[in-house]
Amino acid sequence: MHLDGKIPGGPLPQKWERRKLEYALVSPANRRKYRVLVVGTGLAGASAAATLGELGYRVECVFFHDSPRRAHSIAAQGGINAAKNYQNDGDSVQRLFQDTIKGGDYRAREGNVYRLAEVSLRIIDQCVAQGVPFAREYGGKLANRSFGGAQVSRTFYARGQTGQQLLLGAYQALLRQVQAGTVRISPRTEMLDLVVANGKARGIVARDLVTGEIRTFVADAVVLATGGYGNAYFLSTYARNSNATAIWRAHRRGAYFANPCFTQIHPTCIPVSGEHQSKLTLMSESLRNDGRIWVPLRAGDERSPEQIPEDQRDYYLERRYPSYGNLTPRDVASRAAKAVCDEGRGVGKSGLGVYLDFADAIRRLGADVIGERYGNLFAMYAEITGDDPYRTPMRIYPAIHYTMGGLWVDYDLMSTIDGLFVIGEANFSDHGANRLGASALMQGLADGYFIAPLAVGSYLARAKPPAIDDSHPAFEEARKATAARIERLLSVHGKRTAASFHRELGKLLWDQCGMSRSRAGLESALARIPELREKFYREILVPGHGESLNRELETAGRVADYFELAELICRDALRREESCGGHFREEYQTPDGEALRDDEHFAYVAAWEWREGEPPVLHKEPLVFEAAPPMQRSYK
Amino acid sequence: MRIALEVWRQRSPEEPGRFVRYETAEASPDMSLLELLDVVNEDLVRKGEEPIAFDSDCREGICGTCGFMVNGLAHGPLKGAAACQVYLRNFRDGETLFLEPFRAKAFPLIKDLVINRSALDRIIAAGGYVSVNTGNAPEANTSTIPKDFAEEAMDAAACIACGACIAACPNASAALFTGAKITHLGKLPQGQPERGRRALRMVRAAAAEGFGHCTFAGECETACPKSIPLQVITQMNRDYLAARLRGEGRAPTRHIEPGTPKRRR
Ligand SMILES: Cc1cc2nc3c(=O)[nH]c(=O)nc-3n(C[C@H](O)[C@H](O)[C@H](O)COP(=O)(O)OP(=O)(O)OC[C@H]3O[C@@H](n4cnc5c(N)ncnc54)[C@H](O)[C@@H]3O)c2cc1C
Ligand code: SF4
Ligand code: FES
Repeated sequence: MHLDGKIPGGPLPQKWERRKLEYALVSPANRRKYRVLVVGTGLAGASAAATLGELGYRVECVFFHDSPRRAHSIAAQGGINAAKNYQNDGDSVQRLFQDTIKGGDYRAREGNVYRLAEVSLRIIDQCVAQGVPFAREYGGKLANRSFGGAQVSRTFYARGQTGQQLLLGAYQALLRQVQAGTVRISPRTEMLDLVVANGKARGIVARDLVTGEIRTFVADAVVLATGGYGNAYFLSTYARNSNATAIWRAHRRGAYFANPCFTQIHPTCIPVSGEHQSKLTLMSESLRNDGRIWVPLRAGDERSPEQIPEDQRDYYLERRYPSYGNLTPRDVASRAAKAVCDEGRGVGKSGLGVYLDFADAIRRLGADVIGERYGNLFAMYAEITGDDPYRTPMRIYPAIHYTMGGLWVDYDLMSTIDGLFVIGEANFSDHGANRLGASALMQGLADGYFIAPLAVGSYLARAKPPAIDDSHPAFEEARKATAARIERLLSVHGKRTAASFHRELGKLLWDQCGMSRSRAGLESALARIPELREKFYREILVPGHGESLNRELETAGRVADYFELAELICRDALRREESCGGHFREEYQTPDGEALRDDEHFAYVAAWEWREGEPPVLHKEPLVFEAAPPMQRSYK
Repeated sequence: MRIALEVWRQRSPEEPGRFVRYETAEASPDMSLLELLDVVNEDLVRKGEEPIAFDSDCREGICGTCGFMVNGLAHGPLKGAAACQVYLRNFRDGETLFLEPFRAKAFPLIKDLVINRSALDRIIAAGGYVSVNTGNAPEANTSTIPKDFAEEAMDAAACIACGACIAACPNASAALFTGAKITHLGKLPQGQPERGRRALRMVRAAAAEGFGHCTFAGECETACPKSIPLQVITQMNRDYLAARLRGEGRAPTRHIEPGTPKRRR
């Protein structure tokens, strides 16, 4: 199959305008006739469902949380980018576009990224109008901060709770539509399969997590906004219940999966403290505005940080990347941390940690100013570790944080299945091989408020999907297949918990397909994952039954899908014989240890097609760079 | 360290519940209380027993999914922390902890420590928003908001809808939760046009859900993991009263065409 990104013609600044004119419209009176199913209520899903409801479509919104407001987006801390140039520091749509393309290491589509930068302006307007309490200057205007990978201040924030406040804005807009009767919500309902009838996405099969009932939802178009798949690695900064089942099931039904190996490792997380650990906590990137990162100059130096004099410290980011310093992008900062720890210079009990030190900033600005900027993050750190960051440097280490890869979509955010749209972190679109800080929130809201509602409308106007109900054989087949999968998990009666398998798989992925990857490591992982999966189906133990709230059953189903996904992640990483962004292959690096990209052979989107019982097939969508010609990505 | 748990187990709303004791030897001070529950649960599963059902997601105090009573205190002994942020270093070695669900008429129990809090969504749906469709917004910096106002709005907007205030309240009142949203939007220029209507509708929705009246017992403020201050309740009462006095929310007077025959009173 030929992959057509459907990028509109013409110069970059005119593409989106042009596409909007090309879109077919549904008249207001006819919109009520169409049913749109939105799965997920994070920034992407809530904003899309609310906007589709406002337009007058009949929207059904399904999510596994107990309230739409609890989606994982709620946890985003640092901020959201927009090219407003309120700071008069030389920002513009063009510059945000260039930073994002370069930050993504030239593995994203120019057309999409340019549109993202353009739409960013309106997102801030919309959120302010909804009452999102962004930080303000004394004059009453909006405040900004800087994030990694940019030399301008374009990040808008609401203390360390930006995701929370943006999500509440979208959630409130969504509930306003629920009240108005345009949107119906189904909480505690988990999508377990996609239904494709006559070549078009027509609904889903889902399990009511309270009663265990297997339900079907019928629609004229389906929008997946189910978030990223980083929890395949077990330990990550994701919420515990974030999972890949929705996109994985859609993949198995025909949606191509793009760039699965592009996973992001965040440099500033609280290091692992023990075996029991259930998740890793992020310390926002914004801390790197004022904190300085260092390790002892000498390996094995076990003195406490206060006892190490200035000239025996290595501020390695400032040393290696003088122009960006502590604000180098995430992939670069994470690898640099790994490098110093590999040299034996890591700090803390495990030796897997580096210092993030605020002493200079506190001296310069005072503890009050620092407290105002980062107070809640400092408190969170103190609660978890028992250390006080006002007195002693934080200890941080990289952790899985975000997935740039996801279901393949064209410029209109439609997957390779007609009528299946994928938005937010669940798609692969705008971040290439590495996402810049504060750009996920921007993308989620751009997709949800401003792009998907128009694209979905145009699809409905053109495709005019015929009436269908859940007696169609495709629904029957999907329902049966789902019930059979559940039955299989319940009937093994083995001896191991789903969590124990998940932990084992996660460790394998982290070791072989984490911060650095090699042919040998990936090949060994590809040999071990199927063995582990077989063991899973022999030894899994799920107590209870399917007809009630059963957390073990939920987890087991998600872990089952991670096995297949993990294999695809490794396969993609093996196939991509270059280093770019978050994907670092040890075989491909410059003499000073920087990523060595290979534009001649790998300037493409890798889109994988599922084949039952045989290896997946790779399809390539070539990437063309006209406005931002690829350069070696240097932050020196 | 050793921690014993007495956990409320109840398979369904129809069946009776009871406390069940679990002894744990694997506890360590760096472990969170929820991680201890994970450990207990893995043991139960390995024995083929049903694990303790409890809700959690972010495990960093922001999503509001977690929450139960620990020794009679909503979210446990720490001020300004949700249950997921409570680490075992805050307990004594050998201590026994009683865990039971948040109890309120408007929070029906689902299983063990899991409850249904969708009543809170319905209070927001009644009016906890600014009515602005996507695309309607003016350029963001055309409205200026004094920094203090923005900060106060943010203080109130920090609510995570966990329901602890309700569980802690002798009247099971949702005043702190409702007041927090009313205050958040009421502090901002964007929230002004609907301010009275919002207060009326949200307060009435809370009553209709079966939440009690506020008698200023003050338990909610102490239980709140986000330290939402009692002032939000004062603000709510003020907005509600002002709206009532202005006659907002009453049926609008009908316009009468000249010449229409007058009816008897
Ligand atoms: C700790 C942390 C901090 C971050 N900070 C920032 C930041 O400062 N700036 C920034 O730009 N980005 C940040 N990010 C990234 C950003 O938060 C996410 O990429 C973004 O919020 C994803 O939003 P989403 O709408 O795509 O999905 P999510 O918010 O993950 O929502 C997924 C939704 O899908 C539903 N769902 C999933 N699967 C199913 C299923 N099978 N059935 C039914 N429903 C399902 C869930 O219930 C949920 O409603 C951060 C991420 C983390 C982990
Ligand atoms: S006011 Fe506080 S206690 Fe009540 S729901 Fe909000 S965060 Fe929870
Ligand atoms: S799990 Fe999110 S607040 Fe506790």
